[in-house]
Amino acid sequence: MIPELGHFALLLSLFVALAMGILPLVGAQRNHPQWMAFARPVTALSFLLIAFSFACLTWAFYTNDFTVQYVAAHSNSQMPTMYRLSAVWGGHEGSLLLWVLMLAGWAGAVALFSRQLPDAMVARVLGVLGLVLFGLLAFVLFTSNPFERLLPGAEEGRSLNPLLQDPGLVYHPPLLYMGYVGMSVAFAFAIAALIAGQLDAAWARWSRPWTTVAWLFLTLGIALGSWWAYYELGWGGWWFWDPVENASFMPWLVATALIHSLAVTEKRGSFKNWTVLLAIAAFSLSLLGTFLVRSGVLTSVHAFATDPSRGLFILILLAIVVGSSLMLFAARAPKVSLGGAFALVSRETFLLINNVLLVVACGAVLLGTLYPLIVDAFGLGKISVGPPYFNTVFVPIMLPLLVLVAIGPVARWKHADLKVILVKLWPAAAVALLAGIALPLLAGEWQAYVALALALVGWMVAALVLQTIDRMKAGTPTASWWGMQLAHFGLAAFVVGVAMVSNYQEERDVRMTPGETVTVGGHSFKFLGVRDAAGPNYNASVGSFELTRDGKVMRMLHPEKRDYGPGSMPMTEAAIDASLARDVYVSLGEPLDADKENGAWAVRVYFKPFVDWIWGGCLLMALGGLLAASDRRYRLKVKAQAATANIANKAGAAA
Amino acid sequence: MNKFTLPLIAFVALVALLAVGLNLNPREVPSPLIGKPTPDFKVPQLHNPDATFSPKEMEGKVWLLNVWASWCVSCREEHPVIVEYAKKGLLPPVVGLNYKDKRDDGLRWLARFGDPYLLSAFDADGRVGIDYGVYGVPESYLIDKAGVIRFKQIGPITPAVMENKILPLVKELNQ
Repeated sequence: MIPELGHFALLLSLFVALAMGILPLVGAQRNHPQWMAFARPVTALSFLLIAFSFACLTWAFYTNDFTVQYVAAHSNSQMPTMYRLSAVWGGHEGSLLLWVLMLAGWAGAVALFSRQLPDAMVARVLGVLGLVLFGLLAFVLFTSNPFERLLPGAEEGRSLNPLLQDPGLVYHPPLLYMGYVGMSVAFAFAIAALIAGQLDAAWARWSRPWTTVAWLFLTLGIALGSWWAYYELGWGGWWFWDPVENASFMPWLVATALIHSLAVTEKRGSFKNWTVLLAIAAFSLSLLGTFLVRSGVLTSVHAFATDPSRGLFILILLAIVVGSSLMLFAARAPKVSLGGAFALVSRETFLLINNVLLVVACGAVLLGTLYPLIVDAFGLGKISVGPPYFNTVFVPIMLPLLVLVAIGPVARWKHADLKVILVKLWPAAAVALLAGIALPLLAGEWQAYVALALALVGWMVAALVLQTIDRMKAGTPTASWWGMQLAHFGLAAFVVGVAMVSNYQEERDVRMTPGETVTVGGHSFKFLGVRDAAGPNYNASVGSFELTRDGKVMRMLHPEKRDYGPGSMPMTEAAIDASLARDVYVSLGEPLDADKENGAWAVRVYFKPFVDWIWGGCLLMALGGLLAASDRRYRLKVKAQAATANIANKAGAAA
Repeated sequence: MNKFTLPLIAFVALVALLAVGLNLNPREVPSPLIGKPTPDFKVPQLHNPDATFSPKEMEGKVWLLNVWASWCVSCREEHPVIVEYAKKGLLPPVVGLNYKDKRDDGLRWLARFGDPYLLSAFDADGRVGIDYGVYGVPESYLIDKAGVIRFKQIGPITPAVMENKILPLVKELNQ
């Protein structure tokens, strides 16, 4: 009965979303205040209906209702409650339901926190979100209904892919979806502004905090996914350039560009068309990501069940949403004014280069991701594009960006003096030189790549200090300024992690019998043996290793090999000793003489210097985003027309 | 037409590409055996353990080698298609390769679902399957008069595959 209620609520929400997509938009166009006022309550209603529907599905998982097909396929009664509940989004249907729940949630948040915005703007933004919501709800209901019954019901569920039975599943998809779906708000603001023909500084100011918040969720979601792959997959890597990873990374790159371009549009009124295009692109790439993941056109480690009819539906949805947005853009963009002029050396120019680099990087990732498809479509064969392509192409595009991070914030808007910038930043250049020469020697062997990366880190960090001193002279900085500094500092930390781990990591695959010792990166691992243990829904072989450094015993490590029963792959749970300066990592391979007592095992050991800085850096970037979004000026009431002129005038002073 | 329509044009191209991609299967890997002579083998027949079968006996004919097993669920899906087309006389001689099966099970299966085969070769330990690169049952190979593999179907032959791929190729090879 409860699944039927959930299904019914979802069906109802489809009609509510249609109303939400039509009435406010028409009302704003014809200037009917009552129709516009309809936007907020109808948004709240659609959110409540979808939340109820989601709760019904969760209930079906909680009570092990195996008469629901989706539950029977993704959960069983042996699974711990936490994983039973997160199994709600462990498969296609449920993860899409989570998608629409998030979309309705974002729309609800806009309805709630938009008191300071003009009614027509709110009506248009919610209307656009309503149309998108309608499209996705139709997708869920017609191709991916999670409430479908299985009659007669199954005795026991099929259980979730063991890879997904991990705390990572509890947090990673919701965070990632928050980011993905959050891009819809920036998109809706852009479309609303295009419809109204009001691409002004006020619009940019309204969309900034929303974009930043969506971006910070996306950052956290990607970082968490990377960390999950690192410790759960047991391959020791943190990024694989898998199509599905790329699918989340492309919107991130464009959203990062968007955050910077919105700054220009807000402060200087320039880059309007470009900003709108980025907002459309960021959300389009989120939809494209959904398409790539769900249609199975590309092979990927994430390719769970796929179905071409679903792929066709999303493709049509993508074509309608993005196609109509770009048509609107093509029609409206020529009439948009150019905004403030700027000199060749100015903050605008530096931000423009930032944008170009990020978008080119995104293009390179897109090309690499779709290349196998292109080659196949032209009948030229089957190929796959791997990390060598991405690393060769992506890294050089990113390096100039790291140089610019230091320069942009000290350059003045409109017209900057190169000499002044040089005077301000020469100490940073000195620090960079020193860091490049000395730091790699401290870390180990001097390598050109590490030297380059650490010189850039020295440059960035020193510049951050100089910028802060410089800025403090001009009075207390705003929260959003501190947010920027923190995020840029996070970027520097991230670069440290990547450079160190890529060049100084050590790994060994060895055959070990109990009593043997292997050494990597100055750490010794003594293999003590393997014993059997039973988990809630698996049997494990637990290895014991004694970790020593300089003759001192540090701790025991217990990597596991888990068997979740017939029909599933054995899972590797690596044991990691983490610290700020390095991780050491042991994972158990296969037993090499399984029939013998105390036989040999294949063991993999890693030494990963500074690897945690990668995720720490992402966390700092996300915190920077949080700080920036909390700036109180976003909550001030702004009158659309008056604000435009005002902001343009004040821009120089504020910067 | 202005420069602002360029994103739209690029997007239309992208959608076209994705639409094409939707009809391709990234997992469908072309068999290296296509265009190569059939690997030779000699195994007992299913119905008559004393008689053997070798692909050499089929020289000069266009024929279909269909790998099947009684334990294979997808074969049950495919079998009626082969039976139907064989009954209509549209198919060239079809030789079954009963793969990793028990003789009694295989015979019972044919008795129950129909036997469209000229004969079935009996590959109890899957040796022949290894030479042919069989990695999932059912699989089928269309072989020409010179004993060269011209087409390989991985997975069940559906009526669409039959109409669009196999039958036209058979007609062409028979000319």
